[in-house]
Amino acid sequence: MLTDDERDFYDSLSRKIRKKTLQLIYRTKSPHIGSSFSIVELLIALYFKVLNIDPINPFYPNRDRFILSKGHGCPALYSILEERGFLSPEYLLRFAVNDGVLEQHPNIDIKRGIEVTTGSLGHGLSIGVGIALAAMKDCKGYKVYVLLSDGELNEGSVWEAAMFAAKHKLDNLVAIIDYNKIQALGYTKDIVQLEPLTQKWTSFGWSAMEIDGHNFGQIFKTFGNVPFESHKPNVIIAHTIKGKGVSFMEDKLIWHYRCPDDNEYKKAIEELS
Amino acid sequence: MRDRFFKVIEDLAIERDDIYILTADLGFGLFDNFRNKYPERFYDIGVAEANMIGIASGLALSAKNVYCYSIIPFLIMRAYEQIRIDIAYQNLNVKLIGAGGGFTYGLEGFTHFALEDLALMRALPNMTVIVPCDPSEAQEFARLSYDYNSPIYIRLGRNNKPNIHQQKPNIEIGKGLILTRGNDVAIFSVGSMISVALDVHDILAKHGMGVSVVNIHTLKPLDEVLIKRYSDEYNAIFTIEEHYISGGLGSAVAEVLVENSYSGIFKRFGIPLNLKKTIGNAEFRRNCYGLNAKNISEDILKVLENKNTK
Repeated sequence: MLTDDERDFYDSLSRKIRKKTLQLIYRTKSPHIGSSFSIVELLIALYFKVLNIDPINPFYPNRDRFILSKGHGCPALYSILEERGFLSPEYLLRFAVNDGVLEQHPNIDIKRGIEVTTGSLGHGLSIGVGIALAAMKDCKGYKVYVLLSDGELNEGSVWEAAMFAAKHKLDNLVAIIDYNKIQALGYTKDIVQLEPLTQKWTSFGWSAMEIDGHNFGQIFKTFGNVPFESHKPNVIIAHTIKGKGVSFMEDKLIWHYRCPDDNEYKKAIEELS
Repeated sequence: MRDRFFKVIEDLAIERDDIYILTADLGFGLFDNFRNKYPERFYDIGVAEANMIGIASGLALSAKNVYCYSIIPFLIMRAYEQIRIDIAYQNLNVKLIGAGGGFTYGLEGFTHFALEDLALMRALPNMTVIVPCDPSEAQEFARLSYDYNSPIYIRLGRNNKPNIHQQKPNIEIGKGLILTRGNDVAIFSVGSMISVALDVHDILAKHGMGVSVVNIHTLKPLDEVLIKRYSDEYNAIFTIEEHYISGGLGSAVAEVLVENSYSGIFKRFGIPLNLKKTIGNAEFRRNCYGLNAKNISEDILKVLENKNTK
C-alpha cells in the first residue's frame, strides 16, 4: 500500500511528466501524444522505483534493462529520462528538430538510458529475450522489462518470442502490455481481436497479471511480485486509457496523430496543473 | 563448406566462451559436435527467423559473439527488417551465415534459391558481405569473422570442384584475390562462379588471349582500389555471378567503373530477372541461363569481335 504522501508524490509526478510530454509534442508538432499518455504511470513506476539503474553509471553491467518496444511512445520516455537525470533539459530541447539528438522513435544510446533502437513494432520482445537469456547464462541477477503496445501484438514475431521465452523459463523477463484498446486505425477489437488476451499468454506458458495501468498501488504491487511464478516469464496486462490525463484526449483515436493547437494546449495544461 | 566453416567456430569456442550459435531449425547434423560440447551456447530458436535475429541482437548487446544460421531466403529475407534495424543500424556483432547461394538447392525449387541476397545485404550500412568460393576460404573467413567486431553476412554455397585453393589462401576481408594474370581481359567473379571464370580463362587462352581472373570474395566493402586499377589497365572487363543480374557483383563493379570514367567493354554475366519455369539441379539451372564456361567464352569472344569490327 502507498502512503498518502507517496500517492501525492507519484500523482504530482505523473502530472509533471504529462506536462513535459505535452510541451515536447506541442513545441515540435509531433504525433503520438495519446500513446505517450497511456504509459506515464508505468514508466514512472519503472524509472522511479522498480529499475535498478543509475544515470551516473549508465553502463553498469548488472543494471536492469528496459526496452520501449512501442517506440512511438518515446516522448513520455524522454520526459522521464530527463526527470531521472539521464538527459539534460538542453538535450530535450533537441527533440524532433533539424540537427537534433532525439527522434520521434528512440535510437540506441545507452549512456542516456536508451538500450535499444525501436519504432518498428514486434522487435523488442525478441531482443529482450536475448538479453534475458544472456543474464541467465552469465548468472546475473538483472531483469529485462519490455513495454509493448496492444496493436503490436498483431505482429507474429511477438508470439515467436513468447513461445521461446517460456520454453527457456526466462522468469527474469517481464513483458508489459499497454492495453489502451486503440491501435493506429481504430479499436483493437474491431481490427484483430486480442481477447482472451490473458489466456493467450498463459496458454503460451507465461505467468500473467492484469492490472489498472494508471493505479500506482496496483502497479508497484505487481512489479514487486516478479517473478510471479518461478521458471515462467512474466506478463503484465495493463489496462490503460489512450490519452489518459487530459479529458478531451482520452480514448480518442485522433490523438494518435493530432498535435494540440494553441487552445487545446492551454486547456490541456490547465487540466494537468 | 558449411562443415569446415563451423568446425573452425567450434574450435574457436574452446577458448572463447562468448561464441553462441543460433539456428532457425535448420542444419541437420551440422552442429552436432558444437551442441554436444557447448549445449549452453547452442540454441535452436525454432522455425522463427525474425525471433532468431532479435534474440541474436539481445545476446550481442550483452557482449556475446553470435552466429546465426539458416537457408539464405529464410535467414535474410524473412527477417530482413530485423536485420536492417536490430543488427545493421545498431551495428551489432552478429554473423549471419546463410546456406544455399544461387541455385544450390536446385531441385528444392524457387523458395530455396538465393538470387537477390547480395543486392539486399550490400544495401545495408555497417554490413560486410562475403562469399567464399571453397572450403579453405570458408575456413579462413570463419577464423577472421570472430575478431571482426561488426555484422557480416556470409553466403555459403556449392563448392567449386575441384577446390580453387590447393593451399591455405591468403585472405584479407575487402581485398580481391588475383587468381590468374593476363593482359587482354579481366574477369571479376565470386563464389560458385570462380571455377567457371577459371575455365573461361583456359578457353580464351586457346584463342591466344590472356585473362586475369579476380576473386571478389568481399562484395562489401568492395576492393575499389583494385577495380579502379583494372579499369585503367584493361579495355575488356566482365563479371560472373550466380545471382540476379541486378544489384550483385556486376552492379557493384559497374558503379566503380562508371565513376572512374571507364570506357571499355563491360558485360555482366548472371541470372536474368525473367526466370524460366524449368525444373532441375543447380548445374542444369545455370546452363538454362548460359552460366557456364562455354557460353560465357563464346559471348565474350562475340562481344570482343563486335567491338573490333566497329
